[in-house]
Amino acid sequence: MADTLPVIETWGLVRRFGEVTAVNGLTLEVRRGEVFGFLGHNGAGKTTTVRLLNGVLSASDGKVRVLGLDPALEGPALRRRTGVLTENPSLDERLSARENLEIYAALYDVPVAETRRRVADLMGQFDLGERAGDKAGSYSKGMKQRLALARALLHAPELIFLDEPTAGLDPVAARDVRELIMHLSREEGRTVFLCTHNLVEAQRLCDRVAVLDSGRLIAIGTPAELGQKVGQRRTVEVEASRETVQQALSLLRAMPGLAEVQTGDHGSVISFSGVPHEGIPRVVAALVEAGVRLYRVTPQEPSLEDIYFALYEEANGGRQPAGGGTR
Amino acid sequence: MNWRAMRAVIRKDLTVVLRSKAVILPIILLPLIMQVILPAVFGAAAYFLPEDSEEVDDLGPLLDAFPEALRAEIESLEPNQLFFMLMTVYTFAPMYLIVPLMTSSVIAADSFVGERERKTLEALLYTPLTDMELIVAKLLTGWIPALVVAVVSFLLYMLVVNAVGWPLIGRLFFPNWTWIVLVFWVAPAVSMLGLGLTVVFSSRVQTFQEAYQLGSMGVLPIVALMLGQIAGLFFLSVVLSLLVGLLLWVVDAILLWFSVQTFQRSELLARM
Repeated sequence: MADTLPVIETWGLVRRFGEVTAVNGLTLEVRRGEVFGFLGHNGAGKTTTVRLLNGVLSASDGKVRVLGLDPALEGPALRRRTGVLTENPSLDERLSARENLEIYAALYDVPVAETRRRVADLMGQFDLGERAGDKAGSYSKGMKQRLALARALLHAPELIFLDEPTAGLDPVAARDVRELIMHLSREEGRTVFLCTHNLVEAQRLCDRVAVLDSGRLIAIGTPAELGQKVGQRRTVEVEASRETVQQALSLLRAMPGLAEVQTGDHGSVISFSGVPHEGIPRVVAALVEAGVRLYRVTPQEPSLEDIYFALYEEANGGRQPAGGGTR
Repeated sequence: MNWRAMRAVIRKDLTVVLRSKAVILPIILLPLIMQVILPAVFGAAAYFLPEDSEEVDDLGPLLDAFPEALRAEIESLEPNQLFFMLMTVYTFAPMYLIVPLMTSSVIAADSFVGERERKTLEALLYTPLTDMELIVAKLLTGWIPALVVAVVSFLLYMLVVNAVGWPLIGRLFFPNWTWIVLVFWVAPAVSMLGLGLTVVFSSRVQTFQEAYQLGSMGVLPIVALMLGQIAGLFFLSVVLSLLVGLLLWVVDAILLWFSVQTFQRSELLARM
């Protein structure tokens, strides 16, 4: 029964800083074991929300339950069960990597007998073992990010908050972090709350996403659900032989329901929208029956990026997002 | 109270402090100057003091404030003996308090504001520590070393003053009961004063240097104590030392109350 309960629930959550409302009436639910993407550009309120959900910042209004606890009243008990990777690695640079982890193991009450083994395992897992005794200040940005991630996982938390976990990492390190996130969720059943403005990353990793704009939640659901919500149509690309491409183009333009029929850069590729997934074989059959020689048919799902911008424009009367501060 | 976690915070902060030259240099240099170099200078000055020196006359007001019995005993000394004893035992007594004050101020500035400056505070705030555990751990981080430095400085001073003074006085004359009260009653209170001031000001400043400078304002009552004694306004007796200590502990209690009110996770993060 407990496992079916949402891990995070908020109802009308508000946080104000003077005149500025950083989080404005946030209502959402995060399910156990999912990778939940929390999307928004800089200043949208992602970091403030993470702070509210961990009870390190008090809410101005609204209600929150995280792992069945009230963060404002049961913060210490809650934080024992959550791990947070902050946007800044927040490492003590005058301490060695091992010292950083050992001290946080004590802070998270990891049993003394287990601390050494767990620290060594994590250092090995994050490929830091050889430089465990070096000061964290001597680490590269990527190494610092990996060390901070190891620290967030030290006490085996059931709910993990990751604030821009791949920011500043090289492609290989970023891939490793993404694989780790998938492992934590799929293999270990932990819930990951992923704050990011990397939409490609969110699309790859997240089961569901929420889009935040100026502290307000403007959409929540799977990327497919959000695509439907904003009316983002699936496009289909077909590649025809050069001799038959004009014939294909004429046929497609004449078909009822199809829209945005156009040729691509190479001339032999045509894209169109307006056809549901189950209607694609009918279109292909019509082209083949008419003698069009097809080499490739590729349905293209709308990307999360397309959806994000569409949602943002919808919420802001057609205005494109611009950069902001850190809230 | 989660003492294991609090010990981890103390260990972390002290390790960080010991690896910072900006913090460790004043902790080493100040006692060295105050407890070794200055008494040696007083000793040298006493050796070369002429019989009819006006230096001793300048200390007249101080002697006037002495209790009758002590004044009679002191005035029987030779001028150079009198100069050395007045300087090292009586005039210098309030100055000694600067050592624990500066030690606690510099460590507290690094622990409270330096941590924010280095952007390491946020991770600490996400740990299960309560606000009270966190502030108590951080106060102990500044207070314990200040007490250690105070006692070590006193022992060093006792050694140097007696060694330098031996050829002049011909016996062990230091410490007296006032110094015992200063070391074990007033110095801990002064250390806490430095901590309290630094924590209260830490919410209003951005850098370690600013916090250190403001926290060092606790030096003002010490200077007042020293000048008041030299001017003959009062004599720092055992009773007066006990009263000064008591007053400081009352001020400390008020400052600590404000510190606890200031040191709220939510407020700290809101300012980050």
